[in-house]
Amino acid sequence: MPTTLTIADVERIAALAQLELTAEEKQLFTNQLADILHYAEQVQAIDTSGVPPTDHVNANQRTEREDEPRPSLPTEEAIANAPDAALDAGLFRVPRVIGG
Amino acid sequence: MNVLDTTATSLRDAIASGQVSAKEATRAVLDRISSVNGALNAFNLVDADRALDRATQIDRRRAAGAALGPLAGVPIALKDNIDVRGMKTTASSRILKDFIPPFDATVVRRLEAADAIIVGKTNCDEFAMGSSNENSAFGPVKNPWALDKIPGGSSGGSAASVAARCVPLALGSDTGGSIRQPAACCGIVGLKPSYGRVSRYGLLAFASSLDQIGPFARTVADTALAFSVLAGADDCDATTANEPVPDFTGALTADVRRIRIGVPRAFVTEGVEDQVRRAYEGALEVLRSAGATIVDIELPHAKSAVPVYYLVCTAEASSNLARYDGVKYGYRAPAVNDSLKEMYSRTRDDGFGPEVKRRIMLGTYVLSAGYYDAFYLKALQVRTLLRRDYEEAFARVDVVAMPTMPTPPFKLGEKSSDPLQMYLGDIFTVSANLAGLPGISVPCGFSSDGLPIGFQLMGRMFDEVTMLRVADAYERATEWHARTPAI
Repeated sequence: MPTTLTIADVERIAALAQLELTAEEKQLFTNQLADILHYAEQVQAIDTSGVPPTDHVNANQRTEREDEPRPSLPTEEAIANAPDAALDAGLFRVPRVIGG
Repeated sequence: MNVLDTTATSLRDAIASGQVSAKEATRAVLDRISSVNGALNAFNLVDADRALDRATQIDRRRAAGAALGPLAGVPIALKDNIDVRGMKTTASSRILKDFIPPFDATVVRRLEAADAIIVGKTNCDEFAMGSSNENSAFGPVKNPWALDKIPGGSSGGSAASVAARCVPLALGSDTGGSIRQPAACCGIVGLKPSYGRVSRYGLLAFASSLDQIGPFARTVADTALAFSVLAGADDCDATTANEPVPDFTGALTADVRRIRIGVPRAFVTEGVEDQVRRAYEGALEVLRSAGATIVDIELPHAKSAVPVYYLVCTAEASSNLARYDGVKYGYRAPAVNDSLKEMYSRTRDDGFGPEVKRRIMLGTYVLSAGYYDAFYLKALQVRTLLRRDYEEAFARVDVVAMPTMPTPPFKLGEKSSDPLQMYLGDIFTVSANLAGLPGISVPCGFSSDGLPIGFQLMGRMFDEVTMLRVADAYERATEWHARTPAI
């Protein structure tokens, strides 16, 4: 399955990734991503039947603890870096989502 | 005493004995940084007041007879993707330009509990994505050995700062070679611990199943000293391992007589520049003379490690970097139509540099419907085969030896327009991350034009001790690590 990419593919991926690309970036990425994917296709020739995937090398680590409250970040510190925050209400502020 | 040329271990001892004060040592380091950073661009931030305050406290505690930690008074630089409460973290990205973390990374807590002195944050490839440090929003770091050459990446500022005698120790992060490769380029030692050995809490995530924090130093003994402070389980990072932390310094016995060193002959002969191969063969010969046995091994899937790595790390990055959206921290672009969606996508387009966007795009593609099985899942299966290759090899040998990179450090700008060519240079480092294994790069020679070449050793999972012992034995038998750049 040789990988080919079109500008429309790149636009679709950019929309999924929440990236607004310029026309120049779209053209550049169409070429570069096609090159990289074409190179990466070599993995498809490797016989992996019955081979389990490794998504993590230390899969057996302790991941649970007692569900007890611990000290956490105060709200004012958590929102202190926000580009726009309603400090009194302790909220992040964003452009309108619904209606208008 | 000359603070700048002293190892971390000797400096710590000199401070403990009162031969030099922590404040004098810190001042010497800060002066050195001021005099060379204009040429190197290795630091994004230097916090002189904080460093001098802490040095003063350590001197006071020493005067009062208090017990001091194992790094008491030793200045250290941190890669700018590791959080220190109250000190800007940028990851060398526009999108985090003014981010001030509200907490300390676990490694920062451990370093400060050991009485190390954090002097500042070092330049790196944006979000640790790169092999040349050219992807920083603040400009590239220069190699102290030749200012027109790359210092390696992504932890280039940390490597350059140690090589240029700004600091005896620095921390980096290694996702596919980002500690070992710049260590090789700058002629110093760089260690990537086993996955899970060092907490990632407070490290800005790039590819979470691959990222590890590790130290840079000018000797293996200093590397072991810093590593002893960093290693250990952490409640704040569930992927840290419950493995006992051995005495890494005590393991440096120089005895390699029973050590078997695996050499993947077929893998290391292809695409390696002659002078790198000669330095590598020379290093093997030194270890053989010291009593080690050289054993030929096969790593049949190692040649696929680069495509597997770039499929896995970009997939993880596309997910991890979704958090930078102009809401919680960092840069926000103005939204012309007061639309949330437009604010997200403009923020990310303005805030991220080209390599980060390229990797987010690639990762989003390989995770998307129709391509997941053919690329991402397939890469994870080949990752299993690669791990098995290493398991088989480590049944017969104690360490595996390779060059750290296939060429000496190249010219700035030489590969920056061809991302695939840049990625291919990671061939010898990415396997350790995919398999979770520890790796170390030590200096093993210089190219005809005086540029450092690195020798890489990889160890069994959680067996850094053997790997460090071999690296130290090699260092004791050679003089490469003692050379200094002219800067």
